[in-house]
Amino acid sequence: MNSDRSRRDFLVGATAAAAGMLAACSPAARERFFRRHFQELTPSEIDARMRRLKEDYDRQLGRPTTVSARAALPNTVYGYALDLSRCIGCRTCVYACVKENNQSRDPQIHWIRVLEMKKEKGIDFEGANPYYDPATVPDPDHFYLPVACQQCRNPPCVSVCPVGATWQEPDGIVAIDYDWCIGCRCCMAACPYGARHFNWGEPSLPAKEANTNMHVLGNRPRPRGVVEKCTFCVQRVREGRYPACVEACPVGARKFGNLLDRESEISKILREKRVFVLKAELKTEPKFYYFYSL
Amino acid sequence: MNPFSVLRACARHVLRGNRAYWAWIGFLLALIVWGGAAYVEQLRHGLIVTGMRDQVSWAFYIGNFTFLVGVAAAAVVLVIPAYVYGWKPIKELTILGEILAISALVMSLLFVVADMGRPDRWWHLMPPIGRMNFPSAMLAWDVLALNLYLVLNVVIVAHLLYRGVQSRPPSRFALPLIIVSIPAAVAIHTVTAFIYAGLASRPYWNAAILAPRFLCSAFCSGPAILLILFQILQRTSDIKIKNEAIWKIAELMAYAMFLNLFLLGAEIFKEFYSGTEHLVHFTYLFSGIHGHHALVPFAWGFVICGVTAFLLFLFPATRRNPVTLNIGCLLIYASVYIEKGMGTIMPAFTPDTLGEIYEYAPTLHELRVGAAIFSVGFLIFTVLCKVAVPILSGQFDPRRHASAAESAPTASAA
Repeated sequence: MNSDRSRRDFLVGATAAAAGMLAACSPAARERFFRRHFQELTPSEIDARMRRLKEDYDRQLGRPTTVSARAALPNTVYGYALDLSRCIGCRTCVYACVKENNQSRDPQIHWIRVLEMKKEKGIDFEGANPYYDPATVPDPDHFYLPVACQQCRNPPCVSVCPVGATWQEPDGIVAIDYDWCIGCRCCMAACPYGARHFNWGEPSLPAKEANTNMHVLGNRPRPRGVVEKCTFCVQRVREGRYPACVEACPVGARKFGNLLDRESEISKILREKRVFVLKAELKTEPKFYYFYSL
Repeated sequence: MNPFSVLRACARHVLRGNRAYWAWIGFLLALIVWGGAAYVEQLRHGLIVTGMRDQVSWAFYIGNFTFLVGVAAAAVVLVIPAYVYGWKPIKELTILGEILAISALVMSLLFVVADMGRPDRWWHLMPPIGRMNFPSAMLAWDVLALNLYLVLNVVIVAHLLYRGVQSRPPSRFALPLIIVSIPAAVAIHTVTAFIYAGLASRPYWNAAILAPRFLCSAFCSGPAILLILFQILQRTSDIKIKNEAIWKIAELMAYAMFLNLFLLGAEIFKEFYSGTEHLVHFTYLFSGIHGHHALVPFAWGFVICGVTAFLLFLFPATRRNPVTLNIGCLLIYASVYIEKGMGTIMPAFTPDTLGEIYEYAPTLHELRVGAAIFSVGFLIFTVLCKVAVPILSGQFDPRRHASAAESAPTASAA
């Protein structure tokens, strides 16, 4: 009898202590812990979350930031084409991307990986070298194949995510909710293009180098322990601008546009050039095309 | 006797033991503290303290997870003959297999948690408040299957032990649950294999033979642990374990080992004979590529251990000789541990999908966290066996335990 009462006392006490601990947390901390999935938020909840994110990033970066949640534009599906005849392997795109998209500088994360391949072998990943370092590019015996997220129509990363933290937006961009990702890395195992990158350590972003024009599904600073990847610069393209890599490419190898618009540059390339996609046999159906203009 | 007083009596029994028992418990607790400290470091700095990187994004933790799911599934090897064929000598021992399954499941779930980048968001996987990606995500299925199998085994073990304390036969609901645990065991390991086999990006895994291989290797490794345990119990407890039962399990293991080697051989033939670009992962495992051959000794190690163990279990003379039987158990355990841990996960990522070779090796942090998780599993296994063994041998007297403890509470705590 006595022990029954003490057990009940213990249970009551433990419950009260747990509730007390929860109540003692600041409302902001509680909100951060119990943050709901981005796609489940109502428009007013999205506004509220953007305001809180902005406050966080203003404080973190020490200057005013904008955090947009701008939705996909109507009648738009983005496509990308890369001219392998022009690419010289200079990696300007890689660093323009890092700057635009606030990737961690240390540990270093690159969303674009440029592979050096032997001309005589064609596209052969087994002999590819991502760490090429000649005095000048291009090397006469090699060609260069930049790879980033292929924005598949059939993205295997989306099917395997156990919590639905990654999905395809109406404009075809495969997005990640950094606040919902549990860091299991199933998507990294599933991606055939090595496009997904994990924040193994605390990402570092020097405040003075940060891009303060941010999108919630794109280039806002990421927390540790979650996966990130190329979003076609969602913060730019939904404002009608080109992705940073397209603007940065010194040889004009990178083309981008709306696949649903017959007059766009990307549609013309698909009509007039013979394009191909990487690992077509896997049926991922990328919206990232490659072609040879020469 | 109500369940609480049984539970109290069991707890008091667990707190009593000789010096060897406490030395073992102390050893496990020390490892848990040592490895737990490494996990705290991992929580503070992130998974960067491991040897994993983008190229090899799953490794030691997930390899151990895979191995332990197999161990958990293997309890079924004992349940099938015991209950389906009413095979007496094994029946009493089935409960030990299920205790092993519980321990292995806890370990495998802990390895998944250790591998998560955001363990604080575990609740995202809980259906009502979280958001599970059903039915397309295999990991979501696996989390569900593993937890259901854990609950099933806990219920069965708790029920059988509770009735055992009261010297009453199990209720009529027990048998259906035990029968259900057979397909459930097959299911957990199949779903685990499907996590890997479904990934077209990883040709090393993307084969129909993967799930059958997983099941066969599990049926080799799980019973090996039990065979050693049974021999210890034969000598140190009053449970009557007939040699006949041990030999029967060894015979079943020999069949599983044959199938395991056959399926491995079939896969190796297909890869090496056709020699497509997919061969590179097998080449990395068995002979190394471009000067990277960290796994080669392990690969040949698991093949040699597996073949030797098979031969030892194949011939009745060697599987009935306790020395060769135990050598065989250790060899097959080592073989499957290496094959599932290093041989299944790492070669799939080496080279990575873009052809880069990053040669992974576990860091001390990973080994320490692994040691802690194994210690948690052994602790659960020890405590449950400590209670189950006297109950099974009919020597557990809850009244004696309860009254003795009531009169001298300080003595039992010491």
